[in-house]
Parts: sequence; structure tokens; C-alpha cells
Amino acid sequence: MTPRLLATAVIAAALAGPALAAEPAQEPLDPLGSVMWDVLRADLFGKAPIVFDERVTVSAPDNAENATAVPVSADASALGVVEEMVLITDLNPFPVVLRYHPVAAKPVIGTRIRVQQATPVRAAARTPDGVWHIGGKVVDAAGGGCTAPPVTYAAPDWADHVGEVQARAWAPTGEDKTSRVRFRVRHPMDNGLIAGIPAYFIEKLSLRDADGKELARLETLEPLSENPVFTLDVKPGASSRALTLTGRDTQGGEIEAVISLPWVQGAVQ
Amino acid sequence: MRALLAFVVVLFGTISTQAAGPLTYNLKPVPIAPDTYVFEGTREHFHRSNGGNILNPGFIVTDDGVIVIQTGPSRRFGEEMRAAIKTVTDKPIRKVFISNLHPDYWLGNQAFADVPIAALPGTIEGIKAEGKGMTENMYRMVGDWMRGTEPVAPTEPVYGSTVVYGSHRLRLIPLEGHTAADLAIFDETTGVLFAGGVVFSDRTPTTPHADVPKWLKALDELEPLGVTVLVPNHGRIRTDKAAIAQTRDWLGWLHRTLHDRMEAGADMAEVLNLPIPERFDSLGVLREEYQRSVAHLWPAMEQAALPRVN
Repeated sequence: MTPRLLATAVIAAALAGPALAAEPAQEPLDPLGSVMWDVLRADLFGKAPIVFDERVTVSAPDNAENATAVPVSADASALGVVEEMVLITDLNPFPVVLRYHPVAAKPVIGTRIRVQQATPVRAAARTPDGVWHIGGKVVDAAGGGCTAPPVTYAAPDWADHVGEVQARAWAPTGEDKTSRVRFRVRHPMDNGLIAGIPAYFIEKLSLRDADGKELARLETLEPLSENPVFTLDVKPGASSRALTLTGRDTQGGEIEAVISLPWVQGAVQ
Repeated sequence: MRALLAFVVVLFGTISTQAAGPLTYNLKPVPIAPDTYVFEGTREHFHRSNGGNILNPGFIVTDDGVIVIQTGPSRRFGEEMRAAIKTVTDKPIRKVFISNLHPDYWLGNQAFADVPIAALPGTIEGIKAEGKGMTENMYRMVGDWMRGTEPVAPTEPVYGSTVVYGSHRLRLIPLEGHTAADLAIFDETTGVLFAGGVVFSDRTPTTPHADVPKWLKALDELEPLGVTVLVPNHGRIRTDKAAIAQTRDWLGWLHRTLHDRMEAGADMAEVLNLPIPERFDSLGVLREEYQRSVAHLWPAMEQAALPRVN
């Protein structure tokens, strides 16, 4: 091969190289600049593709007035179909707040969380193509929310009330005819970070309609607030007069409640 | 030599504002009525840039001595306040009144430890219970300005009454709503109302210990007073009662709006960025205080609105 031909071949190979090797796309930079992101990214999503996507919105205060109950709401409905959502607090001792499976529900969830220090609060939403779409914001905080003593134990009869549910559902609205449902479960949600108080928290919650069809499923974890509150937008079967909430905590305690849909004719009151 | 000195002063001044340096509130007593002075605070939130100087403490010079109303956010503030009072009168301090338990009202108490410090019983209890935590939080928020500050609870419980110092008849009015115990002081002699925590003027009301319906009732109690000058706890001093109406307007809007959104199904995080009507644009720290109020007021409203289902 003449030098000239060799050079041409090298150039051709160089030009073809990237296409043939199908190099992985460049890993996107974390817009929130979190020191924990590289670790969390590998931990939570492995090699699955991620994209920082403004269509996933997180509503939370700029400053956490009460570090034991910071309101957070995540909305991924702009993505269309979402199979799973994860709420993440990068700098909490336990970063994952919950995993949400909106089986027959909008990919929207509201709840309240504890924060131990100022932290990014993120929602990741997985679309059917396996891509995680991630949005979030930074919440400033005095902190200490994860190690504040629970208020629950101030009441001597607290154990009699664990698992009590308060709830309400609203008539369907919007084009997608989803019904908003909110429930609050009495539970200390001990995260195990306070000396002498072992971890004791709700780990599973599920909402079904009257046909027994699962609408929404939650795997709940340490950062959730004491007596946690959840807001979901679900699509029950048209004839469902009530929803059933079931759940379980880490000590096998069962949660069971019936939430009336009062606008359905003849609904239980 | 003089030029050199001036240069050194300028140089030192520059350094001292950039480094931690000697901090000063630079307090100036502003006369607002006969014998009556106020130290006007900023309309901001606690911050390192203002040292926590966001309150309007004041004093009345009477023939029986000086009556001090609130002592400010830090030991340094209390000491500077006492020195500033001395520039106005040589009369001794007769008594200090503290209007409620929030930290900027009483953390200057150390500077007045040699005189009786009076407050409503509920305020004294509140300071004993929460004072330490509030003090620590102030160190976090305003930093070095707090150096040497320790919580000192008021020493003397007072009740609703009219007390006379020299020619000044002071009506002590116990109220509640901004906190569990709010003391307003109306000087019948001059018509000056030190409204305490219940009236804000061009500054968004704060609600960490608030009961809004009770607060609205407290405003109704102040409305009929023959006020010539109204000193709100925070914000602009006025010669009319517009600040009472403004505080009522804000609290009414806040309470109604959160209640209506709750009934419509809104989630707590979803109401954080609701639009706020333009008429409130003149209120300082508007969005920030609104978001704090959501944290204070929403959970209890929500609990009341969610029926038990199991």
C-alpha cells in the first residue's frame, strides 16, 4: 500500500468509526449539579438510558419551612404513558422516597417528605421504551427532618391509632376523567435513624376499584413524613362506588380502608 | 497627616464591611409622637445582611422612667438600643414590655436584665418552651450578629389592664391569633398604638403560630381605638389604620383561598405557586411568606377536611 492509500484508508476508518462502533450516547449532565448524582444514577437506573426532561415537573417550596413535612408533588403526565415513577432526595440518608406504579392512574403524585438538609428533590418517570425522564428542583432547608423525634409517641394511646385512614375522593374532571383521591394514614413512619427507635414504616400501598382492578401501587420508604398523606389521580371502572386501599408496614401491620366515590349513584356514604 | 488618617479610615471601613468586622445595627430613634420613639426595621426576612433587624421596637419617655417595647433580635441589638435610648434621655429604664414569643421581640432581653421584663403569661410560657430552639435558628439565619445572645425569658406576667407611668396612660390589650398570646399597647395619652404581632404594614404577615379566625377577631378589637400613630410590629409606621385593613385583607384572602383550593382537591405542593392578587404586590417578602403560611396552615385544614374511612 502506498503511503497515500494508507492515509486514505486511515481517514476512511476514522470517519466510519463512530457509526460502526455505535458508541453510547453522552451521559447527560445533571442540571442541579448534585454531588450524589453519579452514585444515585448508577444505583437506581443501572445502565438504563436517562434524560433530564422539563416535562417532568416537581412542585416543592424553595425553602422547607418544616423539614419533617415538606410538600412535594410530581407530574409526568406530559410524557403520556408512564409505567413507574421514583421520587428521589439526593442528600437524604435514604435517598429514595417512594416508587409509584400508576397502573390506571395519571403519573401524578403528591405527598410530604422529611429532609435532613438542603437537597435536590427529583422525580424520575419511566416510559414504555425504558427511558427514565427526570425533573426536579433544589429545596433549601435548615434540615434535621429525618432525625427529629416523632410526634406520634407523645400520645400514650398511639398504638391504637396506627393504620387509621382519613380519605376523600373528588368527582372526575379534565379530559382524561381521572378522579382525585387523597388519603392520610396514621403511622409513625420511623426511619431507623433515631437511637432506640427501630425502623417501622409503611412499605406497600395499593388502590383498587370495586371490580378488584388495581389502579395504583406504591412502594413507600424512609423519607416519607409521619402520618403520610398521598394525592393520586386514578381511573376507576365506571360502576365503582368505592375504592379499596390496602397496605402493609414493615412489621406486618395491615392497612385497609374503603374510600367512597359519592358522585356514583348509590355510593356508600 | 489628616489625609493619611482619612485614608486609613476609608481603608479600614472597606475591610470591615467585607470581612466579618465590627457589626452594627446603626440604630436611630425616630420620634413619632410626644415622648415616643421607634427604631424602624427593614421589611425583609431574617438575613445575614440585616442582622435580624426587621422589627419596629420603640420606647416612651415618661416622668416615671422609660418604657421599652420589644428588645429586638439579638443581644447586640438590645445593647445598641439601650445606648441609643441614652442619647435621648438620662431617665432610667422603668419597664420592658414584650408583645409575643417570636425571637425578634425579645432576644435583646440580656441588655435589660436589670429591669422588670413584662409579657402575657402565654408569651412567657411559649418562650420557656420554644425559646432555645428559636435562638438556635436565629444563629443559623443571621450568623455572627447573634454572638453572645442567650434566651432570657420575661420576668413579670401582665394581664389586660391600664397602667400609668408619669403622664402616660397605657392600655395593655391581650389578644391572640398571631400567636397564642399577643400584647398590644395603646397609649391613651398620645394615641400611639404599638400593635404587637397582630398588625403588619406593607409586609406580608407571618403565621408560624397563627390561628387565623382568632387573629381576625383581634383586628376587630383594635379597629375602634382612637389611633393617631400605628406602629405595626413589622413594616411602615402610619398615621391611619390602613395597616389593620391591609392585614385583615391578606389574612382573609389567604384563609379563604387555601380553604377553597382544599375543597376543590388541590394538593399542598400544588398551591405553593398559586397566583397572588396584584393588590398585595406592596407587601414585602410576599411569595416567601405565602409559601411559609401554606406550611403552617394547610396540614390542619386538610386534616379537618378528610373524613375517617376505616
